[in-house]
Amino acid sequence: MNATMLQRRHLLAAGAALAATGLAGCAGMAAGPSTGRVVVVGGGYGGATAARYLKLWGNVDVTLVERNTDFVSCPISNLVLGGYKQMADITRGYDGLKAVGVKVVQGEVTAIDVAGKKVRLAGGGEIAYDRLVLSPGIDFMADQVGGLQPALDSGRIAHAWKAGPQTVALRRQIEAMPDGGVFAMFIPKAPYRCPPGPYERACVVASYLKTAKPKSKVLVLDANPEIQSKKALFEKAFKDRYTGMLEYRANAELKEVSGNIAKLDFEDVRADVLNVIPPQRAGDLARSAGLLNMNNRWVGVNWLTMESTAAPNVHVLGDATFSAPAMPKSGHMANQHAKVAAAAILQLLKGEAVSTTPVVMNTCYSFVAQRDAMHVASVHQYDAADKTFKTVPGSGGVSAAANQIEGRYALGWAENIWADSLAL
Amino acid sequence: MTHDIRRAAAVLGLLAAAGSAHAQDANLARNLAATCANCHGTNGHARGDMKPLAGLSADKIIAMLADYKSGNQPATIMHQIVKGYTDDQIKLVAGFFAAQPAKK
Repeated sequence: MNATMLQRRHLLAAGAALAATGLAGCAGMAAGPSTGRVVVVGGGYGGATAARYLKLWGNVDVTLVERNTDFVSCPISNLVLGGYKQMADITRGYDGLKAVGVKVVQGEVTAIDVAGKKVRLAGGGEIAYDRLVLSPGIDFMADQVGGLQPALDSGRIAHAWKAGPQTVALRRQIEAMPDGGVFAMFIPKAPYRCPPGPYERACVVASYLKTAKPKSKVLVLDANPEIQSKKALFEKAFKDRYTGMLEYRANAELKEVSGNIAKLDFEDVRADVLNVIPPQRAGDLARSAGLLNMNNRWVGVNWLTMESTAAPNVHVLGDATFSAPAMPKSGHMANQHAKVAAAAILQLLKGEAVSTTPVVMNTCYSFVAQRDAMHVASVHQYDAADKTFKTVPGSGGVSAAANQIEGRYALGWAENIWADSLAL
Repeated sequence: MTHDIRRAAAVLGLLAAAGSAHAQDANLARNLAATCANCHGTNGHARGDMKPLAGLSADKIIAMLADYKSGNQPATIMHQIVKGYTDDQIKLVAGFFAAQPAKK
């Protein structure tokens, strides 16, 4: 390398550093006219983070439309089912986002006008955008199980796979269950939101029952051929902690629910509490907007920008996306998607190039008892040749064992990601 | 102010050292560091039991991560995560956190 080149490289690097430190010093005080209008639909892990980081990193008008008054976390919500946490512990407000300049609108987006670049709200209003961020989460394909939709509608069955009133309903059912009763849960075929979540739920409910109603039974009916995440660790938890109480059955396809009976292929199972986690697809809004271009179920995205491959200027985050290889549908990953999208959107609005080397990573902690948790972690680097994220060979992994130290880290993770996503 | 300038100077050096492949992506350090925020807080301002990274010296962060990577420093999870990042990326991340004020 000659001297001129070296100097040039140092100058380029210096520019990069000044940009980085300048942004850090001026967060929230961006000067000059706004570079654009971004509407974010959905205030979960993905949407909230996108709104927060668009304001942190850029000078844009950001409107977040969310139907609920508060953010309720799915991660940690299984501890509410066990009675170890209360709803207040997993609920946070949107005041932090408002304080950093996000306009928070409580409402429901009913339609997206992709050509006209605006969203329509229930009740009639419209909001125009230059770029739209859609973080719709999942909705259910309840019709794949006979009798399930009416049972969900009547409240007889609670899925509790979206945290909130469903979590409260399932906790009440578990509390009301007689000692000696059966808690049966059904796990749909992958992909579904939060791969280790169902097995965590089985453990936490068993942990509660072991103390409160020790003659009871937990029956785990899994449509998959095996445990989908942290397999050896969950098998160990089932065996070491809940032998005699928890029974796990693989390849158990739920055909129909009728009253307290779950009808499988070759047998009927009676349950005092039947918790069915229905098969899932991207959220309703993504479907009605015509974005489900992957298996008619998920949204294909450009991983450099998170822009939908079905609709221009619409960036889709989180569980709704057709996942890259070995990329979990998790709140953590939705938060990471949001940062890729925020960085790209700010560049695009300025007419500048987006980063070609994004990285995302994931950590999922699972509790196997009140205080003991274990993790799975992965790091995903963008692969330019295949235009997707790929896990880095030799990186990531799972805990050596579930323990209380990781239980503390799990709660620390929650506190930090809530603060990061919601500007708390 | 002097402190900030010193920090910025440290970042300049690190970024220069991080190689030309990333030099033209002005936001790369920021974007990479944001992947750590889920546990270590926004811009490294961690809460509770998690380790804050804002304002640590870049050399210290690089050394800690090298120890996790080599196994010299036992960990529950960081030894697994750090192996997903290249040495150049680690330098950028370290430089970014070093440039952040220690207190929010």
